[in-house]
Parts: sequence; structure tokens; C-alpha cells
Amino acid sequence: MSFLEINDVHKRYGNVEVLRGINLNVEEHQVVCLIGPSGCGKSTLLRCINGLEDITLGEIRINDDRVSGPGVDVNRLRRDVGIVFQSFNLFPHMNVMDNLTLAPRQVLKMSKLESEQRALELLKRVRMDHKALAYPDQLSGGQQQRIAIARALAMEPMVMLLDEITSALDPELVSEVLNIVRELAQEGMTMLLATHEMGFAKEVSSKVCFLYNGVVHEEGAPAQIFSDPQNERTQQFLKSIIEAGRL
Amino acid sequence: MSDSARESRFRKPSIPPNVLPFSLVAVVLCAATVLICWSVLQFLRFTLEKNKIGSGLFDAIMVLVGLIPLALFVPAIRGVREAMQAQSALRSNDLITARVKTASAQSSSWFALGYGVFAVLTAVAVWFLITNDVAVGSTFFKMSLIVDKFGLVLKAFTTNVVIFCIAEVLILVWALVVAIARMIPGRAGQPIRLLATLYTDAFRGLPSIITIYLVGFGLPLTGLTDGLSSFLQAKFGIDDLTTLWAIIALTLTYGAYVAEVYRAGIESIHPSQFAAARSLGLSFTQTMRFVIVPQAIRRIIPPLLNDFIGLQKDTALVNVIGTIDAFNQSKMLASNYFNLSTVTIVAFLFVIITIPQARFVDRMLENDAKKTRGAR
Ligand SMILES: Nc1ncnc2c1ncn2[C@@H]1O[C@H](COP(=O)(O)OP(=O)(O)OP(=O)(O)O)[C@@H](O)[C@H]1O
Ligand SMILES: [Mg+2]
Repeated sequence: MSFLEINDVHKRYGNVEVLRGINLNVEEHQVVCLIGPSGCGKSTLLRCINGLEDITLGEIRINDDRVSGPGVDVNRLRRDVGIVFQSFNLFPHMNVMDNLTLAPRQVLKMSKLESEQRALELLKRVRMDHKALAYPDQLSGGQQQRIAIARALAMEPMVMLLDEITSALDPELVSEVLNIVRELAQEGMTMLLATHEMGFAKEVSSKVCFLYNGVVHEEGAPAQIFSDPQNERTQQFLKSIIEAGRL
Repeated sequence: MSDSARESRFRKPSIPPNVLPFSLVAVVLCAATVLICWSVLQFLRFTLEKNKIGSGLFDAIMVLVGLIPLALFVPAIRGVREAMQAQSALRSNDLITARVKTASAQSSSWFALGYGVFAVLTAVAVWFLITNDVAVGSTFFKMSLIVDKFGLVLKAFTTNVVIFCIAEVLILVWALVVAIARMIPGRAGQPIRLLATLYTDAFRGLPSIITIYLVGFGLPLTGLTDGLSSFLQAKFGIDDLTTLWAIIALTLTYGAYVAEVYRAGIESIHPSQFAAARSLGLSFTQTMRFVIVPQAIRRIIPPLLNDFIGLQKDTALVNVIGTIDAFNQSKMLASNYFNLSTVTIVAFLFVIITIPQARFVDRMLENDAKKTRGAR
């Protein structure tokens, strides 16, 4: 039994089957990277795990508890599973502090004082404590993503889903966000991340999954996947990545 | 061909057109305007004299007013002068000066013509008021009646103000309920969505005058509200409930409009904001309350105020159920005195309360446009 189990998950939008039988296990304290060409279903899979989309078939289990299908307490599920998106994460009408304390106060019923103290700790951790009173529009993209990570952490999730959190950023801002993720990995946070940053995936992950056309075509240790891919599709994908100079 | 064409285009600079004829025409038209204004003033003096209100003071004022249109000649003649300067600059091959002078000559002449049109229209309006022995003027603008009855109409106008103020507060709440009901997710929300959709469709389609009529006459007829009326009478001494019916009818009608405004505003918020809030564990209601609605409000206010201006004007319809509002009061006075000047007061009052709101909406839209343009 793994910590996060994805068993034969299908997802259909109308007539299009986006996920066609995904099988994937994530152990506790593991960092698993999802790679694959654009449109292969990475974001869809992460959104299904978080309960933002209903799956058509199969099941998802966390900690041996079924978290997909009817009757699941999605609000509870989302407390345990944090997610950070590519963009549009923060609430633009609230300052950084309010962004971080909203959910702890409303969902976890934490007191204002306690939630603000914890928010400040988290802001220190992502090195943004000097911007506690700034509004999202006054921050750079990289700073916004760091805040978004801190906001997800404020719910003390058991697992974090990161969906291409650096792909909307200018190159010089990518590293500041990846540093935070690297630190989280070292602290033992369980993470499942979709990424186009192959170098980072190679360095930080315990396992890499190659997704193609809604199916996991190959999975394994990063060293194996990147240097000795077995699957033909994986080989093609990595070849095009290397040609683009991104690995 | 392309090479030679490009070369020749660069070799021959464009020569500004000769605007002298145009500026001369502008001067002539301004002269005509002055004559029209003067003849209307002459007619006004004649009418006043016939009604024995002519005096030295009036004559002096009229001479002063007669001088105003002469100001049109200032820009008109400046236009001619600049047009001539442009031509002489052209003769001495000073192309830049010629262009500058041509542009400002054109602008001066158009400026003069624009205010000329304004003056002519004003003169026509005055003529319309005083023609046929001041028939229009005395029917709509009989000063003695206006001054005499202004207080009475203004007092009745407070009924309109009370109706729209209370209705606006009720609408703000009611429309939000309807808007959210229309967007409730899931299968369990279906009947609620259906109900809300039926309501908005029905009440947006019904003319408000009919809703007012049906509510104002219908509800009391059913006897269902007898308890309420006797309660209000016993407790507060209120026995005229028509104002209450009017408020209810207008809230029902405009609630449907404003619900659509809310919905459009809420749907204009990027769906990722919804996803971001839900992914933190916030419920649907919490997401609406803390994340979506606060962001939607700014975008909602301009169309909302437009609907409120419509509502304020529609309070004039409540006379169909006998509410003594400003329009009803003025109509009674109008038929008593056989003169519409009291209705003019109502018209004036409605315009007066609308103008500041309209300007506020303009300002707000402008600020919002500035903001989005400033964004990355
Ligand atoms: N709401 C939807 N309705 C219909 N089709 C959708 C919807 N959302 C996603 N899709 C389709 O599902 C497929 C997978 O989308 P997804 O966003 O998961 O890809 P991705 O792997 O995250 O790609 P990228 O790397 O570009 O982010 C795409 O072909 C997309 O067009
Ligand atoms: Mg994606």
C-alpha cells in the first residue's frame, strides 16, 4: 500500500478521453515528477487528485482512504492536498497576509493572531516576510509563486501538487521558486509535480513518470529515465527536449 | 515599380491644402448666425412689449445678450488670418510653418462653426418658447405656478425618494440571492437554478408598470395581506399601503435585472480564482463571499448604477396604483390649473438627481479603464 495510489484513472471531457487509465503510486516523502508533451494530461491528473475535476473511472486513494467518486468530503480532501497552479493563484483584492490567513481562519477556524503568526513563519520560509502587506499586483511573478506555495503550506497539507509553477515565469525568476521546492523536498514533503524543467526534475525527484496521451508510458528513477529511456515515446520526447536545449 | 514609387513618395513632401476659402465661408456662416440670433432677440423684445413687461432693464440685458454671438468672429477671423499666413509661408517655401498654420486655421474655423451651431440651436429653442404669443413658454414654464407649487411637488417627490431608496437596498440583497441561486453547482442545485431562471425570465419580460399594477391592486384584492395592513394600521397608524406595494413591485422587477448584472460580474472573474479558493478547502459559499463577490463588486457598480437610474425613473409609474408621488401630485395640479408647468418641476427633479449619478458612473468607468491600461 502506497501513500497516494492512482488506480486506472480515466477522465473524459465530452467525447475526448484525456486520461486513459493512469496508474501511479507515490510513497510518503517521495517527490514524483510528471513529464510529457503539452496536452498529455498532466494538469488534468493533478486537478483530479485535488477533487477539482471528477474522474470518470478508476479510483484515487490517499493514506488508504478512497478520495475519488461520490460521497467524498472534498473540502476535507483539499485540506490534506495542497495545489499550486501555473498562474492566477493569488487573490488580487487581498494583501499577502490576508491571502495566507483566509483559509486557515475560515476552514481550520484558527484565530486571527495564530494564523498571522504562522503566516509570518511561512513567509520567512519562502523569504517573503518583507512583503506581508503588499498586494499581488505589486509583486514579481516569482514572488507571487512563492506566496502561492506558502499559502498552500498554510493548510499543512500531507501532499503538495505543483502544476508547472515556473512555466509562466521569466528565466531569472525560475530559480528562486525552484529553490523553495528543493527545500521542501529536503524537509520531506510529499510532492507530485508537473514540470517542463527537466534539469530540476532530474535533480530533485525520487521518481519520474512520462505521460503521453493520457497514459503513463514509462516510470523510473530519474537517472534511468533521462539517460536510458526504454520506451520509444520517451526517447522521442527526450530527444526533442535535448534538441530544444532544455536538458 | 516598387523602387521608383518609394523614391518618389519620399522625394515629394505633401503640401498642405489651401484652407482660405473654407475659413472665409466660416466667417460668412458666423455672420449669418449673428443675424439669426439678433432677429430672435428682436422677436423676444416685441413679444415682451406686447405683454407689457418691456422695460429699460430688459433692453439693456438684451443688448448685452446680443453682443455674445459676436464672439464667434474671434476664432473665425483668426482662422482666416492663419490661413493667409499658411499661404504666404508656402510661397516662401517654409513648409513646416505652412503645415502648422493650416492645421490651426482649420481648428479655429471648426471651433467657430461648432459654437455657431450651438448659438443657432439656442436661438431656435428660444423662438419655440415664445412663438405664438409665448404659447409653449406659458404652458410648460409658467414661472408663477412653478414657484408657487415647487414646495408641494418637492414634498411629493420625497415619496419617490423613499420608494427608490428602500427598493435599492432590498434589490442589492435580493438580486445577490437570485444571482447565486442561478449559479449553484451540482445536481442538487438544479431545481434552485431552474426556479431562479424562471424568475429572472418572467420579471425581465414583464413591463414594470404591469408588475406595479398587478401587485398594487392584486395583492390587496386577494385578502392575503389583510392581516399585514391591519397590523401596520394598529401599530404604526399607516393606512396607505400603496407605497409598500410599489416598493415590492419595483424590487421584483429590478431584482431580476440586477441579478443578471451580478451574474455577469461574477462570471467575469477568472475561473482559476474559483479553483484556487476551492483548492484551499473553502466551501462554495466561502469562495463566493471572500474571493469572488469582492472582486466582482468593482466591475458591477457601473452597470448597477445604470439600473438604479432606471429604477428611479420608474418610480414615476407608481401613480397607476394611486400612490401620491411627485408625478401624480403634479398631474393633479396640472389638471387643476390647466397648465403643465408643475410637470416640468417633476421632470427637472428627476434630471437633477440623475446627473450626479451618471457623472459618477462615467468617472468610475474612466478610472477602471485607466487601471486596466496601466496593468502589465
Ligand atoms: N475542460 C476541458 N474540456 C475539454 N477538454 C479539456 C478540458 N481541460 C483540458 N482539456 C484537454 O485535455 C487535454 C489535457 O490537458 P492538460 O491541461 O491536462 O494538459 P497538460 O499535460 O497539463 O499540458 P501542458 O503541459 O500544456 O500544461 C488537452 O488536450 C486539453 O485540450
Ligand atoms: Mg498543464
